[in-house]
Amino acid sequence: MSFGFFNYWIFIILLMIGLYTVMSRSNLVKKMIGLSLFQISVFLFYISMGKIDGGTAPIVVETGADGMAPVYSNPLPHVLILTAIVVGIATTALGLSLVVRIRETFGTIDEDEILEMEDKD
Amino acid sequence: MLLLIAGALAVLSVRNLFVATMLLGIVSFTMALIFISLDAVDVAFTEAAVGAGISTVLYIGTLALVGSQEREKSKFAPGPLAVCLAVGAVLYYATYEMPRYGQPDNPVHTHVAPRYIEDSPTEIGVPNMVTSVLASYRGYDTFGETTVIFTAGIGVLLILRQRRRRKKEVTTEDPPLRDGKGGSISGLGSAHDLVPHVISKLLVPFIFVFALYVQFHGDYGPGGGFQAGVIFAAGIILYALVFGLDFARAVVNEKAILFLISAGVLLYGGVGVVSMLLGGNFLDYNVLSSDPVAGQHLGILLVELGVGITVTAAMLAIFYAFVGRPELLIETSTNAEQPGKERN
Repeated sequence: MSFGFFNYWIFIILLMIGLYTVMSRSNLVKKMIGLSLFQISVFLFYISMGKIDGGTAPIVVETGADGMAPVYSNPLPHVLILTAIVVGIATTALGLSLVVRIRETFGTIDEDEILEMEDKD
Repeated sequence: MLLLIAGALAVLSVRNLFVATMLLGIVSFTMALIFISLDAVDVAFTEAAVGAGISTVLYIGTLALVGSQEREKSKFAPGPLAVCLAVGAVLYYATYEMPRYGQPDNPVHTHVAPRYIEDSPTEIGVPNMVTSVLASYRGYDTFGETTVIFTAGIGVLLILRQRRRRKKEVTTEDPPLRDGKGGSISGLGSAHDLVPHVISKLLVPFIFVFALYVQFHGDYGPGGGFQAGVIFAAGIILYALVFGLDFARAVVNEKAILFLISAGVLLYGGVGVVSMLLGGNFLDYNVLSSDPVAGQHLGILLVELGVGITVTAAMLAIFYAFVGRPELLIETSTNAEQPGKERN
C-alpha cells in the first residue's frame, strides 16, 4: 500500500536536502550544488508521475512483450523534463559564471564574508 | 533509490567542493539509471550526458577559478532545517492525496497524453513519441527553451568575457599558468601524457559519429537535438581537456561558435516562418511537403537540427568562457595589478 508513494517520498527527501543545502551553506558553489539537487528531485517527481505499471518506453513497437497491445508510459513528462535538464544546465552555467565574477570582485565565494565586507564599507 | 539519498547527504556533508562535485555527478548518473527503469529513456540519456558529463566539467571549471575548499565553520542551522522539515512534512502529507504510483487511470494519463500516444504514429509518422511531442505538438515550447539556452550562452559570454578588448594588445606568448597541474585548467593539455592522448584520439571520432546518430536517429529511437548537442559538445570538450584549449579553438573557433548559436535558433524560427509563408501556422510542418506526414518528418528533422546546433554551440561557448577566463585575467592583470580585492 504505502509502497505506491515510495518514489514521491524519495523526491521529498531529495528536495529537502537540496533546499537545506541552499539555505544553510554560505559557500556559493555549494548553494549551486544544492540547487542542482533540488532540480534533480523535481525531475524524479515528474518522471515518476509519467510511469505506468507494465508500460514500456514511448517508442512505437508492433506488439508488446507478451503479444498484447503495448502500454506506453506517458511521453509528456519526458518531454518537459528533457528540455528542463538542458535548460537547467544552461542556467546553472550562468549562475556559476556569476560566482566566478563575485570571486574576482570580492576575493571570496563565501556569502557571510561578502556581507561582512559590505557592512564595512 | 536509497543510494540517491546517501549520495545527496554526502554532498551536503562533504567539505571539499571537488568531492561534492564528483558526488553530484554520481547522484546524476544514478538518477539516469532510475529514469531508465521508469521508461524515460530519452530523459535518462540527457541526464547521463548533461548531469554526469557537462555539469561536472562546468563545476570543476568553476572550482579551478574559485578554489575548492569550503570554509571550515560548517554550522548546524536550525532555522533552515525547521523550514525544510516543514516543507517536507507538508509535501509528505500531500502525497496521500496523490493518485497511486503507476496506475494507468491517474489524472496525468487521461488528459492530453492519450491523444499523443494514439494519434502521433499516424499524424506525425515518427515512432519516438517523445520526439514528436517535443518537436511538433509542443514546438512552441521547445522553441522557447532553445531561446533560453541561447540567452544563457550569451549571458555567460557577457559575464565572463568582459575584458576581451584588451586581449589584442598583449602578445600571447607563454601564458604563465601553463604548468599542467592545478592552477589553471587551460594548462590541462599536457604534451607528456601518452595514454589520454591516444585514447581520446580514438574516442573522439566515435563520440562524434554517435552524436550524429543520436541527432538523426532521434525520430526512431531515443535521442534528438538536445542529447546530440550535448554529446557533440562533450566530444569537443574531451579534446580540449586532453590536448589543450588552443587546439580545440583551432578546430572550432569562437567566432564560429557565436555564429552557430544564433544559426540554430534562426533555423528553428526559420522553419516556423517558412511554414507560415506556405500558408500554415507558425511551426505547422504539414505544409512543408505535399504529404503531411513527410512534411512533419522534414520539419522535425530541421527543428531538431536547429536545437542540436544551438545546444552544441552554447555548451561550447560556456565551456570556452570558463576555461579561457584565467588567460584573460593574466593578460589584463599585467596592466591593472591584482584584479580582486580592490573593493575592500
